[in-house]
Amino acid sequence: MRATVASRPIVRGPALGRSALVLGGGAVVLAMAVIAAIGTGSVAIAPDDVVRVLAHRLLGIGSTTGLAASTETIVVDLRLPRVLGAALVGAGLASAGTVFQAVLRNPMADPYIIGTAAGASLGATIGIALPLLLPALAIGAGTAWLGLGLVQALAFAGGIGTVLLVIAIARNGGHLPSVTLLLTGYAVSSLLAACVALLMISSGRALAAIFAWLMGSLASVGWLDLAIAAPVVTAAFIGLYARWRSLNLLALGDMPSAHLGLDVGREKLRLTLLATLATSAVVAISGTIGFVGLVVPHLLRLVVGPDHRLLLPASAVAGAALLVLADLGARLAGGIPVGVVTAFVGAPFFLWLLRRTRRVAAPLAP
Amino acid sequence: MSNGAPVVDVDRIRVSYAGVGGDRRAVLRDLSLRVASGELLALLGPNGSGKTTLLRAIAGTLPPDAGSIRLFGRDLGSWERPALARRVAVLPQSLVLPDGFRVAELVEMGRAPHATRWFGASGEDAAAVERALVDADAVDLAERHADELSGGERQRVLVAMALAQEPELLLLDEPTLHLDVAHQATLLGTVGRLRQRRGLTVIAVLHDLNLAVAHAPRIALLGEGRILADGTADAVLRPDLVREVFGVAVDEAVTADGRRFLVPHIGVERGIERSVPGDGIER
Repeated sequence: MRATVASRPIVRGPALGRSALVLGGGAVVLAMAVIAAIGTGSVAIAPDDVVRVLAHRLLGIGSTTGLAASTETIVVDLRLPRVLGAALVGAGLASAGTVFQAVLRNPMADPYIIGTAAGASLGATIGIALPLLLPALAIGAGTAWLGLGLVQALAFAGGIGTVLLVIAIARNGGHLPSVTLLLTGYAVSSLLAACVALLMISSGRALAAIFAWLMGSLASVGWLDLAIAAPVVTAAFIGLYARWRSLNLLALGDMPSAHLGLDVGREKLRLTLLATLATSAVVAISGTIGFVGLVVPHLLRLVVGPDHRLLLPASAVAGAALLVLADLGARLAGGIPVGVVTAFVGAPFFLWLLRRTRRVAAPLAP
Repeated sequence: MSNGAPVVDVDRIRVSYAGVGGDRRAVLRDLSLRVASGELLALLGPNGSGKTTLLRAIAGTLPPDAGSIRLFGRDLGSWERPALARRVAVLPQSLVLPDGFRVAELVEMGRAPHATRWFGASGEDAAAVERALVDADAVDLAERHADELSGGERQRVLVAMALAQEPELLLLDEPTLHLDVAHQATLLGTVGRLRQRRGLTVIAVLHDLNLAVAHAPRIALLGEGRILADGTADAVLRPDLVREVFGVAVDEAVTADGRRFLVPHIGVERGIERSVPGDGIER
């Protein structure tokens, strides 16, 4: 009966050595990117000084005697929140993109596809434009609400609210058909994008600010933003990772995964809501940064395969590292939008990898 | 079953699909069927007669408009999905295997309803996957990837996935599709063996009348959403009934060792008016 069983066991999880290599390697790259990004700027700080400050302030190891007080301020108060923000946004977008591609079984899916971006954009646009249009509101505009500015709060609510609306429209009994979800998301997004365009035309002085938000930027990320967004993204990620088995099963299609015991409609709903939570939280602090959420999951699927046990955390680490480096590039290039950098660097690399790898391990369209 | 209830008890169900313009087209009408533990039932019938619909209704993925379905003595609607998947496995007619997974990983997905570990497979899972690969004659495919498989190899992988579930009831929709003659016989032989060894109950949609004659102790003949005949091969696959239901004349032939074969008059029947208004169009 067992004559043909090879020396390696037939059933084995993701190879531990390879997983450690991928995740460990990714973490090292991420750490190096963080240190380089913190050290780079109008005042250059040597990597070992960056490490000393971080070790002292975050871990309580060593001391910072001999370093200028301004160095500490630059590292901890100015650059660290922005760099950590980039890592958080990159990780959030890449893992949400991985999940949306699995749930929708569509390789074109990204974290924004079913309305998050359009909803968040409308929220942010209202937040930016309204105080200028109605001066009476300007009193409240600069003040923090729950620690977040009006723009961030409205962007977060807009992203979540839009997806809830899309789901409510697309839902058919207990089912959540992927194609209906995609088309509904597209239609609702178009409507909201039209509203954003209308607001931009009539916004006058706020036009530049709205446009900058839509292009996405990490310049204004502070400790308070991180303190609110990071727990949300982390909780959503843990919730998603706990469902790795569902994510794998969904690759078979709705009915086969139902035969394997998945309550497909409800599980898709849970996954969609968790991924939307992560997406809305990062979009609220960074605006809409493109490319990362679409391409990083594909890239990692080519490298580590389709098993979400490895794919999801690997995508998160890679997305974090990519966005930290892209934001560094954006700063070095004189403050161009970070989304422009991700596309400029990432797209050619992705095309090269796509042509080089014969087997494209992407989930098939339904 | 210890309580003596049939494994499958379908009671006067009606199943319909929403058609164009909102009217519903009935695919199964007033259909009843009981299958006892350990039986092997072959469902035969022309295209569009409702065989696949009946399997889906029993699998719980297509709820009937009227009537009731009980599995293992319990109403189908009251089953939780994972509990049902631990006892019922389905081999679908068509399934696109996702790229990038090894065959062993795909077969391991069959263990999902039994999963006890959060992250990986238990020893029991690993043993079940290995048994399923052996039973489906797919051990040598274990390290291959889905996109490297031929149609017949893919079918064996699907069978292995269903067997890995270690179900008590196995629903097979055209399990011999894409299989060569040898693998057809191997598969149905395996199913028969599992039936004897584990008391597995099997309902299989088949198209090959002779495979049904050779392997199925009981045959139900479907036509236009109803069961037209139900019984042994000799009773159901009579040339007159086959001609009436399929619209094709058949001859009976008996081999030297007494096995019965049905030989259709291919080509001869063309142009002859058929006795059944069924149209043979794939639905």
